Amino acid sequence: MPKIKAPVRSPHIDMTPMVDLFSVLLIFLLLTASFRPQEAAPITTPPSVSEKQAPDNDIMTIFISKDGLIFFNFDNGKDTSTHFRSKLLAKMGEQYKITFTPKELDKFGKLASFGLPIKDMKTFINAQDSKERDALQKGIPTDSTDNQLAWWIRSARLTNQFAEVAIKGDGDAQYKVVKKIMDLLQENKVNKFNLVTTLMKEEVTLKDLPK
Amino acid sequence: MAEIIVEEKGKKSGKRRPKKHSTRIDMTPMVDLMCLLITFFMLTTAFSKAKVMVITMPEKDQNQDKKDQPQISAARTLNIILAEDDRIYYYKGMADPKKPPLPTLHKTDFSKDGIRKVLLEMNKDLFKKIAEYRDKRLTGKLVVADSTADNEIKRMKKDDRKGPIVLIKADEKAKYKDIVNIIDEMAICNVASYAVVDLNSVELEMLKTAPK
Repeated sequence: MPKIKAPVRSPHIDMTPMVDLFSVLLIFLLLTASFRPQEAAPITTPPSVSEKQAPDNDIMTIFISKDGLIFFNFDNGKDTSTHFRSKLLAKMGEQYKITFTPKELDKFGKLASFGLPIKDMKTFINAQDSKERDALQKGIPTDSTDNQLAWWIRSARLTNQFAEVAIKGDGDAQYKVVKKIMDLLQENKVNKFNLVTTLMKEEVTLKDLPK
Repeated sequence: MAEIIVEEKGKKSGKRRPKKHSTRIDMTPMVDLMCLLITFFMLTTAFSKAKVMVITMPEKDQNQDKKDQPQISAARTLNIILAEDDRIYYYKGMADPKKPPLPTLHKTDFSKDGIRKVLLEMNKDLFKKIAEYRDKRLTGKLVVADSTADNEIKRMKKDDRKGPIVLIKADEKAKYKDIVNIIDEMAICNVASYAVVDLNSVELEMLKTAPK
């Protein structure tokens, strides 16, 4: 009797389901990912051992660049339909007698951090590209005669009273500037600050104890 | 790669037919690409989250009476002064011009044998207690939840009556990273009580004559 030959089959694995799965995963990750927003100035945060994560929402961030320029950011809140950013700008407009159109308010709601005198805000919002915007970012004025940062903080506190404060300062920024901002925050009844740092492990064990 | 096309044999006779090509597309490179992209996104999203260090400042109240301020014992007080060029000075006790002599400023730095040694020396008991507690958890002798352990450590810090009370004072010329570093040092050495306060006039004078 002749042997029964098993038919030679191609050892082909169908990759299509795998591709499907990966596509789904990829799309999911792309949609959920929160990309690092563009920042006006490069800031190198100092290292620390703290492992606490920064909150995602309800946070106002004050950026301090190396040369002491101050930038500000405020988020739209957990529920983006609250439009905290637009409300904040409207409040600031009232304060400085500048009327922003609803379109401008809406556009501002989608922008990231900013640091410029309020009089340039209209040009900033209507700027066509980021280069034009960057040229306007000269820091928020904090002189005692025209302390706009104080008004930003106060208005932000009134807009979203649950907002926490984060200070993201460059390691080489002058303490003087940081102190000024902290004093300003304390005047507005903020006593708890989140200092943004980079994680760097540092262990001290019982062996390191001096005898 | 995953597909080996087996040529059909034994059909040599007859008309010549155009070669049949497999209509399957090899998906393997696509899968490779997807894998790469997914790994990339997973890694970047997980690490972009910023870490924060929480610092609570004492409330500033203009109406507060001087007498209401908490009295701190001079023996436990450690004053740390942050100066220009990452220099640190420290002295123990109080600098009171009415009670001379003024304490001398010791110069130190942020290295392992610098300010950390001073802090550990002063905070020996509490540090040992907390380190032993953590060790017990690590070796599995003690099984408790993270939150319970955190509360326990908090309680230990609160009950501490021997450790230093650190007053951190930064000079105008200090850098922001100095203050972050020193607060970090407090966390590393498990110092129970510390506060960031302003330099007073006596200390400013002391700083002028301090060794560079």
